[in-house]
Amino acid sequence: MILGRVIGEVHGTIKHPFYEGRRLLMIEKLDHHCEPTGDYLIAADSVGAGADERVLVLDEGNGARQVLDSKDGPVRSVVVGIVDDVMCDT
Amino acid sequence: MLLGRVIGQVVPCIVTPGLEGVPMLIVQPLDKTLNPKGKTLVAADATRMAGIGELVSYEGGREAAMALDPWFVPVDHAIIAIIDGVNVTA
Repeated sequence: MILGRVIGEVHGTIKHPFYEGRRLLMIEKLDHHCEPTGDYLIAADSVGAGADERVLVLDEGNGARQVLDSKDGPVRSVVVGIVDDVMCDT
Repeated sequence: MLLGRVIGQVVPCIVTPGLEGVPMLIVQPLDKTLNPKGKTLVAADATRMAGIGELVSYEGGREAAMALDPWFVPVDHAIIAIIDGVNVTA
């Protein structure tokens, strides 16, 4: 899993049926100090995360399909948690 | 998933069984501000509706093939949605 920050939403009318009714969030990837790495991804939402929230993103297909209760959905990234705090010594 | 811009089309004359008729589009990956980033790639169009100049989101890896029907095909990038808008709020 990776740390990220919700920086926006993506909307599309024409999409794969699996994504009908699902929120797609723009996630800025963060390092362990919660600094942006400069990279981003688009992930499906499973927890109701909002703009500017720090989140935990699962970036693996089998786990993502399990979370979204699908056998064959074309999904790899899903937001699985909202992060309150990150403590890291180094 | 990531954002990309369709910049061209590939017209193959011979394809692996299962991929007949699937549009193959040249996609320029974009960063979160919609500026080109990285090398272009060829993606199968699972929406079958994307055209040149359109903003799309695509999935890479194993999940790309799962967007297609039949799904057991050798594809590593597939266009999942045509993007109407990106709201970067944070």
